[in-house]
Amino acid sequence: MYRIRMFAVRHARKFERIYTWIERVMVLLDPVFARIGYNRVERPIALVEKGVKTLLFDCKMCGQCVLSSTGMSCPMNCPKQLRNGPCGGVRDGGFCEVKPEMKCVWVLAWDGASRMKDGAEKIREVMPPVEHSLQGSSSWLRVSREKAEAIRESREASRKTLAKAFPEARANEPAAAPLSVEPSKATQAEAEK
Amino acid sequence: MTNTNSQNTDLLAYTKPPEGHVSHSRLERVLRSGRFAVTAELNPPDSADAEDVYQAAQPLGEVADAINATDASGANCHMSSIGICALLTRSGYSPVYQISCRDRNRIAIQGDVLGAAALGVSNVLCLTGDGVGVGDQPGAKPVFDFDSLSLLRTIRTMRDEGVFLSGRKITRPPQLFLGAAENPCIEPHEWRPDRLIKKIDAGAEFIQTNYIYDIPLFEAFMARVRDAGADKRVFIIAGVGPLASAKAARWMRSNVPGIHIPDHIIARMEATENPSVTGKQICIELIQQLRKIKGVAGVHIMAYRREQLVSSIVLDSGVLAERRKGKAR
Ligand code: SF4
Repeated sequence: MYRIRMFAVRHARKFERIYTWIERVMVLLDPVFARIGYNRVERPIALVEKGVKTLLFDCKMCGQCVLSSTGMSCPMNCPKQLRNGPCGGVRDGGFCEVKPEMKCVWVLAWDGASRMKDGAEKIREVMPPVEHSLQGSSSWLRVSREKAEAIRESREASRKTLAKAFPEARANEPAAAPLSVEPSKATQAEAEK
Repeated sequence: MTNTNSQNTDLLAYTKPPEGHVSHSRLERVLRSGRFAVTAELNPPDSADAEDVYQAAQPLGEVADAINATDASGANCHMSSIGICALLTRSGYSPVYQISCRDRNRIAIQGDVLGAAALGVSNVLCLTGDGVGVGDQPGAKPVFDFDSLSLLRTIRTMRDEGVFLSGRKITRPPQLFLGAAENPCIEPHEWRPDRLIKKIDAGAEFIQTNYIYDIPLFEAFMARVRDAGADKRVFIIAGVGPLASAKAARWMRSNVPGIHIPDHIIARMEATENPSVTGKQICIELIQQLRKIKGVAGVHIMAYRREQLVSSIVLDSGVLAERRKGKAR
């Protein structure tokens, strides 16, 4: 699907927007996922993710998607699997050192990134090596879970600040400035059973 | 601590590096003091004889602040870089330990970094490495667990935070001057300066470039590097090498990844009666031109299988004489 891959890079800006949108939906769905259980949705979601991303980006399901930092050009298609390319072997015309018939994945990446809004800055950050134990798992779900967790944490932080700002009320009427962690909908459902 | 009987401060016991330095490396001292540095590449022997390493090192040691021990460059099997480094530090040379990400994973590399530092190595050059396909054993499994940037960041973390990438503590962190390679004359020209900056962010303190034969192209690169202020954040050592003949130059251009030689250089090699002399002369001229480019902190000489030329190339170029006169970069 080399042609579609090239298309995705040419339209990196649009895909960036679609991606932010998908991410938002995934975060909104967090309570649903939590209720069903992240373990149980992992397989079906990973299947969908794999289907969509394989078609568009020749996705290899590394489980650590960084497309929005690589100009929508999947770095797992680089024969050296660089996460911070391109290497020093790029051929004239921007072709790959190892597979001369293919455009260098990272030449495309910098190109795509220059068309993106946040991507142009994101590609300048140094990426860590791939965590091979995550191979095959869903990146989308991981992002959804992480973002939702971050939102929960920030809510808790604000609750703490409130309780600190109204110490007397907190002492007299704990319910007015509660500190305890709210059980997630999933655990509530469990308790009801 | 005083060191009376040896010139080689790299082999000092485990002491703190000088103020403002990260290692005991001579290369680091030369660069930080503003002198024009000279480094040279050693061609690794295909033998198990230490004498072969010493013979190759001798003509380089006369003029170089550090000797690069290559790590199976071009994916060809030779004596290992860590083995060469061990031999070199033993006899008082200051090596640059090259690490390629092609052949070893993160477990092996982090272990080797500690081993190298314990052997007295104080310079490391982090490379991605050529693909296995161009080498003498194309059926080998390419590893590429790290890339050069994640490798740089890892070694910097080991050095400055005193931990492995896993977070486990290192009781005595390695004191290493960190280097990376750059290939300014290769596509994508537009993004090469950006990637250089990324390497500095990852931890690179010096850069050794691949062969520069195209001065205008390199100048354009350097202009953009200077505009970004990157030449103030890293020492850039420009790579050069004597060509053996027009045929060899053409072969290199089409068979060795990442080599750019402009046609006019090849034409000059073709026109000459004595290619060896002309190749050397071109190299000397390149050094003199590079020396004048603002932001170039030194030269790196890669004389494939022609080590004996290195010292006369450097001496004839005059860069060391200028240095002795106290002329700064
Ligand atoms: S040329 Fe590009 S795609 Fe090919 S190995 Fe190098 S960085 Fe990867």
